[in-house]
Formats: sequence, C-alpha cells, structure tokens
Amino acid sequence: MSRAHTRTAPTIPLATILAWIAFALVMLVTLFPVYWVLRTALSDHKEIYVQTAVLWPVGFTLDNFKRVLGMFTAEQSVAMGGTATGINFWLYLRNSIIVSTFLVAGQTFFSAMSAYAFARLRFPGRDQLFFLYLTAMMIPGVVTLIPNFILIRDLKWLDTFQGIMAPGFLMTPFTVFFLRQFFLGINHELEEAATLDGASIPMIFWRVALPLSIPALSTLAILQFIATWNDYLWPFLVGKNEAVRVLTVALAIFQSQTPQGAPDWGGLMAGTALSLVPTLVIFLVFGRRAVNAIQFTGFR
Amino acid sequence: MTTHRQPRLAARREALYAWAFVAPSLIGFLVFFAVPSVRGLLMSFTNWDLLRPAKFVGVANYVRLLGDADFRHALKVTAYYVLMNIPIQTTLALGIAVMMDKFSKSTIIRGILVLPWLLPNIVVALIWLWLLDPTMGFLNQIIMGLGFQRQPFLGSTDQAMPTIAAINIWRHAGYTAILLYAGLQTIPKEIYEAAAIDGANERQMFFGITIPLLRPVLVFVLVTTIIGSFQIFDTIAITTKGGPVDATRVVYWYIYEYAFVRFKMGYATTISVALFVILITITFIQMRYFNANSSDLD
Repeated sequence: MSRAHTRTAPTIPLATILAWIAFALVMLVTLFPVYWVLRTALSDHKEIYVQTAVLWPVGFTLDNFKRVLGMFTAEQSVAMGGTATGINFWLYLRNSIIVSTFLVAGQTFFSAMSAYAFARLRFPGRDQLFFLYLTAMMIPGVVTLIPNFILIRDLKWLDTFQGIMAPGFLMTPFTVFFLRQFFLGINHELEEAATLDGASIPMIFWRVALPLSIPALSTLAILQFIATWNDYLWPFLVGKNEAVRVLTVALAIFQSQTPQGAPDWGGLMAGTALSLVPTLVIFLVFGRRAVNAIQFTGFR
Repeated sequence: MTTHRQPRLAARREALYAWAFVAPSLIGFLVFFAVPSVRGLLMSFTNWDLLRPAKFVGVANYVRLLGDADFRHALKVTAYYVLMNIPIQTTLALGIAVMMDKFSKSTIIRGILVLPWLLPNIVVALIWLWLLDPTMGFLNQIIMGLGFQRQPFLGSTDQAMPTIAAINIWRHAGYTAILLYAGLQTIPKEIYEAAAIDGANERQMFFGITIPLLRPVLVFVLVTTIIGSFQIFDTIAITTKGGPVDATRVVYWYIYEYAFVRFKMGYATTISVALFVILITITFIQMRYFNANSSDLD
C-alpha cells in the first residue's frame, strides 16, 4: 500500500496534465473546423481569398448571410462573387423541415404501434416476423437503393415530397427494434390494471403505453430527425427539383456551380452555418439526453 | 364451455388488434425493404437500362463482374480506405474513451466530441474541402508557415484517399469514443481494484482487463464502422467525385455511376449484390473470430 503510494504520488499530476493537454488538443481539432465555417461566413468576400491565414473574420460583415438569405438583388450578389440565382435558402429550409418533420412523425408513430404489438401482444407469426425485421437491419442501403428509386419513378413520385419520405415513413427496422426493446423494459402493471378496468387494446396503447414512452419516443425522434436532416443521396436522387430540394442537396448543388472560377466560399460557408442551426438548437436543448441516447443507439 | 370460449375469443381479438397495429409497418417493410431486396437480386440477372424492357441474361453480369478490372480497382481503393480509416479511428476513439473514463465524465466534453457526427456528411465534406484547398485552404497556410511545402491533399492521386479517410476519422472518432466510453462504464471497478492489489500496472490492466471485457462493445463498434466505411459515398460525391483519375472511385461510387450516370441498372445491381455478399462475409468472420456475444465477464 505504502509502496504504491510513494510510486504513484509524483506521477499522477504529470499524467493528469498530459491527459488534459490531450483533451484540449482533441477539443481544438474537433471544434476548429466548425469555427472556421463561421469565420469564413463572417468575412468580406474578397478578403477571404487574400487573408487566408488570419484566425478571425477579416473585414467583418454579415453580407454573406444576407446574400444567402436573398436580401440582395441578383446584380449585387454577382458583384459579391456569388451566382445570380443565389441560394434559395428559405425554400430549402422549408423543404428540409417538411421532409424531416413529417417523415419522423410517421416513422415514430407507426414504428411505435408495431413495436407495441411485438412487445406486448400475442399473435401467430409474431416472432418470425420480428426476426425478418431484424434481418432487414443487416441489409445495407445500397441493395434497396436502386429498386426503391425505380419504384418511386414508376409511381411518378420523383420530385415530390412523398417520394422523398416514402421509404422511411411507415418504419425502419431500427426504429421498430429500438421501441420494442423499450416497451419490453417498461412496467406491465399499469397496462394490466387498465385491462382489468375493461380498457380495449387500442385504448391502453393510446392512453397508457404511449404517454409512458414519451421520453423514449422523443429521444428516437430527435435522432431520426437529425439523420433525416443530414441525408443526402436519397433526396438527391428523387428530389433535385427546386420545389422539393432539401438543404443538403441544395448545398451540394450550390458548391458544384462555381460562378466566377473559384467556389463562392463566403456564400457556401454562410449557407453551411445556417443549415446547422436546427441541429445545434436541438442539441443544445436536449444536450444530455441526446448524448445518452447516442450512446444507446450504437445499434444503428 | 363458456369459460373455455371466452379466453379463445379474447386471444383472437388480441391477434386481430396486433395485426392491425403491425399492418402499417408491415406495408412499409414489404414495399421498401423486402420486395426491393428481392427485386434488386432479380434485376442483377437482367441487362435493364431504363429505356428498353429488361432482358434476362442469366449470370452474364456476374461473369462480367469477375473479369471487370475497374471493379477490382474500386474494391482495392475501398479496402485501402477502410484499412486506413478503421484502425486509426478505433485506436484514437479507444484512447479518448479511456481518458474520459479516467479524468472526466463531463457531458459537455462528450457533447463536443459527438458534434462532428451530428453534422451532415455534405457539410463535413464542404468544410474540409475549404480547409484543405490547395491554394487558399487554412491548413496549407499552417503547413507553409511551418516551413513545409504546400500539399495538394484532395487534388493528388496519392493523397486523396488518405485525406478522405482523415475527414471521416474527424467525423467519427468522437462518436466511436462515446460508444466505447459507454462500454467502459459497464466494467466493474472492483476488478481494477483487485488487480491493483495484486500489483498489476496500468498497461497490464489495460490489456488484461479493459480490452477483454470491452470486447463485445468493441466488436459491435468494429462491425458497424466497417460496414459503414465500405459504403462511403457522400464525402466523395462532394470532394473528389471518384478522382483524381480514379484514385477515390470506391465501390459505392462505381455503383452510382453505373446506375445513375450510365443507367445500366442490371450491372449496377449486380455490383451492389456483390458488395452485400462481401459485407455479410466480413461481418460473419468478425462475429466468429471475436466471439462477439460473450464477454469474458461471464
């Protein structure tokens, strides 16, 4: 005991100092790129290309944001190194909100219904069907991507919101699995009491099980909202049209149009910064719960 | 008789409700998961190009795949990416997780660590495209400030793939660390205390206790990150589009080109079936080899 004490006493501070230096480095590397988005977005559009090594915004201005938000005329924005069409930010923001909100609402609700049945109700074929769902969790997106695209095309749903939302609207194997695990874990007693009182199964689901699972449902909804918000390839394939174009697709298209030789980094970074606002707000509001939920969902 | 009929009626009613509850998700499952999987497999035996009706061609696509040098190249590039990405990312994440476990359980630190993972791939790619710009990127200003030569990063055939791996390590290391950290919390502290009393040092404890007991979580993390890495697409779509030349033309990009640039749906699905088989095989080997389901704690 005393040997261990004399041996470790001088080394602990050193190890701690080293660990905190390492932490600080990790934090710096993690946060700096995000800071650089803001720094670029707040810089003057000409200075960006000249003062490339200055750590703070050069020629501090909100013009990039204003331009992206459509507060300048086409001529003005071309003069600032942007495109005449600019980026129709409000439209794409609206589209992203529509797609993510409705998709996640449907997905969460219908997944909860079936998860409840899988967890609580007895019916022939239950375990086999659930096993099939689990198997589908193993199938990578690339296998279903092309057939799903063809299906949406055949339905004439290309460039529509329902086309973008359809594949995930009724379920994903993961959400059903997640909620089934949750329903298995909560106490039966309230539901049994309701049964004895003569409540029907839909009534119990609606009045007892769902209210009890609001924390789990909202956690899942947050994670799925962020995942949908971030999705790129699917909305790019089925929803390029302006009317339904979501933010990720818009940013990618905006980047591929290099109006005057060099990419319009000021505008791009302003658009990027704005597109992150919803994610960051959700994250700040639900911070601790979101972190804990992410730990839990490694299953994805 | 009535006492017998009542429970049977109740059971039947329960089953009816259950099917009604499952029905929406079942429709979603059949239409967008089950049927497309089968349809994808069937399409791989045709020469469908979206214009003319599909013609059954037997295993011709698969024969062609075996002799396809571009596919082999795509596989090689993808494997190169995975082999750079996974070991560095996992080691880094493990280091961060152990440090957090020992020195800080702060939610703020965990929140910051997970932040890059919350950003869209598209955004991450854009940010790094700008930071790594060969002439104006900030990183090159630092490199030149330190007296080194300007680096082309995404613009050179040699550096493009390692750079993309680095970008994805930046996005995923913190998230992986959070998962491993959660795994570390499940290891009983008494085991470390007992080992310390027996005179074990930090290194012995790490390799003798931490790693073996973390194995289920570690295997899980490895399986999911490897599967994810094989499907790298978004970052490449923004930064290199498969180039320079074909240095970053990974399998997923190759599939995308065949399906949505050349519209060769038959051959594109053949490649995706092949990718699926590869992924299943890797997962199976990993599960087997690491004996994922049992922790040494049992």
